[in-house]
Amino acid sequence: MVKKTRSLSLNFGPQHPAAHGVLRLILQLDGEVVKKADPHIGLLHRGTEKLIEQKTYTQALPYFDRLDYVAPMNQEHAFALAAEKLLNVEVPIRAKYIRVIFCEIGRILSHILNVTTQALDVGALTPSLWGFEERETLMTFYERASGSRLHANFFRTGGVHKDIPLKLVEDIEKFCRSFPKIIDDLEGLLTDNRIFKQRNVEIGIVSKQEALDHSFSGVMLRGSGVPWDLRRSQPYEIYKDLDFKIPIGKNGDCYDRYLCRIEEMRESVKIILQCIDKLPKGPVKSIDNKISPPNRDEIKESMEALIHHFKLFTEGYRVPKGNVYTAVEAPKGEFGVYLISDGSSKPYRCKIRAPGFSHLQAMDYLIRGHMLADVPAVLGSLDIVFGEVDR
Amino acid sequence: MISKLQNLEKIINSELSSKIQSSSINNEELLIEINQKDLIDVVKFLKLNENCKFKQLIDIAGVDYPENEKRFELIYLFLSHENNTRIKLLLKFEINQIINSITKIFPSANWMEREVFDMYGVKFKNHPDLRRILTDYGFKGHPLRKDFPLTGFNEVRYSEKDKKVIYEPVKLEQNYRNFDFESPWEGTNYIKEVKDLNKDGKKN
Repeated sequence: MVKKTRSLSLNFGPQHPAAHGVLRLILQLDGEVVKKADPHIGLLHRGTEKLIEQKTYTQALPYFDRLDYVAPMNQEHAFALAAEKLLNVEVPIRAKYIRVIFCEIGRILSHILNVTTQALDVGALTPSLWGFEERETLMTFYERASGSRLHANFFRTGGVHKDIPLKLVEDIEKFCRSFPKIIDDLEGLLTDNRIFKQRNVEIGIVSKQEALDHSFSGVMLRGSGVPWDLRRSQPYEIYKDLDFKIPIGKNGDCYDRYLCRIEEMRESVKIILQCIDKLPKGPVKSIDNKISPPNRDEIKESMEALIHHFKLFTEGYRVPKGNVYTAVEAPKGEFGVYLISDGSSKPYRCKIRAPGFSHLQAMDYLIRGHMLADVPAVLGSLDIVFGEVDR
Repeated sequence: MISKLQNLEKIINSELSSKIQSSSINNEELLIEINQKDLIDVVKFLKLNENCKFKQLIDIAGVDYPENEKRFELIYLFLSHENNTRIKLLLKFEINQIINSITKIFPSANWMEREVFDMYGVKFKNHPDLRRILTDYGFKGHPLRKDFPLTGFNEVRYSEKDKKVIYEPVKLEQNYRNFDFESPWEGTNYIKEVKDLNKDGKKN
């Protein structure tokens, strides 16, 4: 007698704690083996690109906080760089340092979240409790610089919104001295943990070639042994003056990606310490008042400043015609902004290149032939945040 | 950096002379415009040629220019890790033209083309699975076209009566207003806009 079998389709999400947001994954299962995965995305689609077309460049910036809401300032950075490239503005050196400090804080924020929730997905609760305490500290730094813990809206075209207080710099330094100990603790819980290794080693292997074909970037690419980091290969801001290493994985599995993220956190701490060490004095935004608003006291005194202020907050600044693509190494990979300006004060088109979009696309290829229980592990190591995938 | 791009521009222009419409370097970025029918050949060349080696497709961006005869543009962004260069490929085409899919060459083009299809209604030939991707199930229209209103057509809410989520036409207390700050001295063209809207049968 021939046994009849048929595959089972299973809806994973959109309300599933291990889906990291609103992912609906339709899985074709043969027993416990995944035959096919069809991710349905767009449940968090807010039409960011359409909205940006209606806003001035200053007003468009906060939308970038809401993309990858785990590391908001890294996204702002890409947009600010794009507008600066079109405008050809010089960013003051102090602003560059502050930007790098906060981008690296963003990287730590993102990696803590990813590493600990990945551990949570495979059954370890403690790391997330420890990690989130540190995240809270880091978000306080965000708050002290920008006024809000998450949606910072801190970067501006031509610099950053405000200078950071002295005490904040000291506290960031203090944090950087104590944080490596926390990474050690997290590693103590996970790196040699038998269960964690059983769930992650040799799961979701990506070869070098496949990583390139699937447009992977960031840790997903480096985990597979491709030495590529935009901070090193196409340096922006002051990264070329800083001394840091780029961790590369060997096997391209979930475990290597975890190790890369851990090492990247250590490197980020080093970068922040170097920046604090070198942090120069000076202005934090472009002195060109056609782009950055004048001081409050100046407005009271000078007619010209008043006019600048008025024009900047009604019309905004006009950006010369042209198109540019700028990319930054966001914690999740290459985050890019393709900006088309028609010469007015609003972007004509702003295409956002989110790293998670390409990573999630490869889900089907990554998970085929694995067991159902590996789905959360692979998904966790992809480092998906739906704010940026759905835009 | 610039000289590298200039060399690359020369190589591409000499190797693919018949297929290149124009090429330019602006803001330290190389942009080449090609005919829509040559897309596959050019992409293959960029990926495989020794001097190019653009092995990674970064993104595909659609752009809508309603006033142009060739209304849509597609911009393909490529990255070469070996040479550490980027290139932008530009296609211009009319509204009903069908574009060749490059999913065979770059598997990652799959979702990117789906996104362009979803947002602009551009169709791709030989695409394995051309469905909507970001918008809602059963969504109508292509939101990133310039003639698609910002507020959309439908809104959803939970209906206590029907005990389910229902779709209704958008009702706004106040219409979305697009203030024109461009040139306060030359007067605004609101009156014209009101006329246009009335023609469409909508209230302002």
